[in-house]
Amino acid sequence: MTDLLKLSGVHTHIGRYHILQGIDLAVPQGQTTMLLGRNGAGKTTTLRTIMGLWQASSGEISLAGERIESRATPDIARLGVGYVPESMAVFSDLTVKENLVLAARDGPLDDTQLDWIFGFFPALRRFWLSRAGSLSGGQKQMLSIARAIVEPRKLLLIDEPTKGLAPAIVMALIECLKEIKRKGATILLVEQNFFAARELGDNVLVMDNGTIVHRGEMAALAADVPLQERLLGLSLEAHQ
Amino acid sequence: MTELAANDPLPKPKRDLAPILLPVALALAMIPLVGSPSTWLTLTAASLAMGMMIFIMASGLTLVFGLMDVLNFGHGAFIAVGAYVATLVLAPFAASMQADSLWMNLAVLAPAALLSMAVSGALGLVVERVLILPVYGQHLKQILMTTGGLIVAEQTLYALWGPQIIPMPLPTSLRGSFILGDVAIAKYRVLAMLIGLAVFIAIQLVLNRTKLGLLIRAGVENREMVEALGYRIRRLFLGVFMTGSALAGLGGVMWALYREQVHASMSDDLTVLIFIVVIIGGLGSIGGCFIGAILVAMVANYGGFLVPKLALVSNILLMVAILMWRPRGLYAVTSR
Repeated sequence: MTDLLKLSGVHTHIGRYHILQGIDLAVPQGQTTMLLGRNGAGKTTTLRTIMGLWQASSGEISLAGERIESRATPDIARLGVGYVPESMAVFSDLTVKENLVLAARDGPLDDTQLDWIFGFFPALRRFWLSRAGSLSGGQKQMLSIARAIVEPRKLLLIDEPTKGLAPAIVMALIECLKEIKRKGATILLVEQNFFAARELGDNVLVMDNGTIVHRGEMAALAADVPLQERLLGLSLEAHQ
Repeated sequence: MTELAANDPLPKPKRDLAPILLPVALALAMIPLVGSPSTWLTLTAASLAMGMMIFIMASGLTLVFGLMDVLNFGHGAFIAVGAYVATLVLAPFAASMQADSLWMNLAVLAPAALLSMAVSGALGLVVERVLILPVYGQHLKQILMTTGGLIVAEQTLYALWGPQIIPMPLPTSLRGSFILGDVAIAKYRVLAMLIGLAVFIAIQLVLNRTKLGLLIRAGVENREMVEALGYRIRRLFLGVFMTGSALAGLGGVMWALYREQVHASMSDDLTVLIFIVVIIGGLGSIGGCFIGAILVAMVANYGGFLVPKLALVSNILLMVAILMWRPRGLYAVTSR
């Protein structure tokens, strides 16, 4: 399995804070890699650094063999990277339709793709002409993910999609992400919900204090309760 | 939330009409206070004309504020430069301006206004590249740089044209008033209203019917996410800044004709009004800016007529009242 995304010795400073302290990671093509860790471990910073929203102070980031660490965010997005931020960041003054029109950078919205998205998120069809700001938190998250997949992307960077959502919506999101995965997408997914992580992850990376402290298969971590407790301070049982 | 069947009609977006009704309510409330219907109509027409001119000058600034998060205290320079460029163009064609033919007058005025917009827009390009680009994200430095730029621009105008006031008479066909019964509405005010309305409609069409407009609206709200979708927002910044500068230049020409004079510091008083309009409208909101400009002009005109002593503070009071009602302005767009 080839690695679509690779980070080698990546450091990121924000102001005087040294957040990422030498990250080495690889995201294999066509797989979902979970990025887990306690709050403040550096997971969001890792995604933002890959996306170019924060500049890496040193180290190398490559996407499909192409160096991207000094590229601007729009150029990285144009290489086929979709980003779903933790804050969802839907454009609340725009309608659902306008949010998706904007996300379809290379042309008009594809009806087949839209139907596929509406299959998971029927609320988006219902509120097609409503302002995104009037949607509920779960619907905004659906829109945020829909925006990232409205066109084919090489890599999806998704930051805590289940955060603060009702269990029924979490299940719908998990099903959607599974389907995206089945279509062959490569995903780097930050998640605090261990149940969701177990359902979706092929591989797992655990971060602490700006470094990767564990890497392996998600199934192995899900089966090893003492390891979960040591790395994350919790066990899967707590999430069931 | 109740589930809708697959074939149910999609819900229509709700409109926030309260700010739109505000100037209407204010105008109606003034009828008994003003007393004479003809005076009320004259004041209302004057308010709408003044409001349109302020809107034209403020519309670019609100987008610059909202989209670029740039505090441009030098916006007034584009207003003054626009007006001075118009004097240069109009001077050799004084005879055409004095001809009693609307078409001859417009044949001179329109190119003068377009050239003023072009020069102000080009100046905007230089200002954005030289003064703004190095200080993106640094508000204090933006204030210092743009205020410095305004001083330099004003002093350059003084150096080139001198400190004297330059007359800029209205063309003959735009002098006088339309008389409707005992109501007189100045012809130039009608033209100002039409141009302001045309600019407003054009901006709304671009913002709401084009992908470029979607990008601007989205960028006002969350620049970072627009970039994460693959759009180079810096180019958009530059385009908006130049357009805003060009509109300020157009506003400068219209204001100079309204006052029939040009001087280097003509934008000083206007800048205060423009900032009030941008703040009460909601940073980045063109609709809010439009309503805010009309409100500011109404308060200035009705207030000046009813309570002249309050004229100086009336717009500040308006701003306080609006912000107490809606702390982020009439139509909040950005989270800043």
